[in-house]
Amino acid sequence: MLTSPEAVAAILGMALVTMAIKASGFLLADRLPRDGFAAAWLRHIPGAVLAALVAPAVVTGGVAEAIAAAATAAVFIVSKNLFAAMATGVATVYVVRLLVAG
Amino acid sequence: MTDIAASPDSRMDQFLAGARACVPVAISVAAYGLVWGVLARGAGLSLFEVIMMSALVFAGSAQFVALDLWTTAPAALPIGALVLAALIVNLRYLLLTATLRPLYPAKGLLGGAFSMYLVTDENWAMTVAAMARGQGSVAFLMGGGALAWMAWMCTNLVGYGLGSAIDDPARWGLDFAFTATFLALLLGMWKGRGDLVPWLVAALAAIVTSWLVEGSWHILVGGVVGSLVGAFLETRKNAHKS
Repeated sequence: MLTSPEAVAAILGMALVTMAIKASGFLLADRLPRDGFAAAWLRHIPGAVLAALVAPAVVTGGVAEAIAAAATAAVFIVSKNLFAAMATGVATVYVVRLLVAG
Repeated sequence: MTDIAASPDSRMDQFLAGARACVPVAISVAAYGLVWGVLARGAGLSLFEVIMMSALVFAGSAQFVALDLWTTAPAALPIGALVLAALIVNLRYLLLTATLRPLYPAKGLLGGAFSMYLVTDENWAMTVAAMARGQGSVAFLMGGGALAWMAWMCTNLVGYGLGSAIDDPARWGLDFAFTATFLALLLGMWKGRGDLVPWLVAALAAIVTSWLVEGSWHILVGGVVGSLVGAFLETRKNAHKS
């Protein structure tokens, strides 16, 4: 069967709320003052969100994730190359997981 | 912010630069796209529903959650729960899209709001990293978003077509591509000791939240708490100076 009205409604509903949230953040930022606390808050969001994305994956992962994170950071600090850092992280986590599992 | 809206050539360059910048994370998006396609077939979605959901919802974590709730009998489909789950999983985008506002001109907000559709964790991260270097543009953001959209859609379809022949991305370490890229981006955003406390607070809040609740709440909680601490410390320091 192609689809059902229920499935279309569910998917459209999911799409609408997702789009509404994405647009809301953007539009709300326009209402915030351009200086003072609100501006400082917006400036600090990117670093805080990235730290919040990375930290649980590294800490709750295991030995492989911790070693790979250290290797990623070292390669990035030395080379400033994002792709090299990413490739190092993936290769390290792959190798260490093999060693730990085997 | 450099004025890249001036010439169409430079806008195209920015679009392609944004797509290129997102290649490292697009690899990971593709790996998860394959898995989602496989699972979507297993959950009983039709090909039409797969295309429609990936094209319109276009949000990986929300789509994975949706597969858990999906039922093959239309009458039993929990529409309210599916919509609510998408809302909750995507709440973090409030923070992400708010930080993109400076890229856009003061006027013409409606178009900007619609363009937020193409914002994902991946092209957002690349764009704010570029903004921290005094670069970044709407075209750069859209280039990364277009690449992520194509990577997601194509691999969803391949995964759906292949069925269960796909491995777990974790087996090849590909699950770590997100973490490694975001970690490198974070290090690239370091501007001085003032960043240390907010980042540590964000990391700790996220770790504790991830222990307590499932899903993507840790991103929202860590992002809000860490950025508020950063803003508080910064405004207090400035108040002392003046």
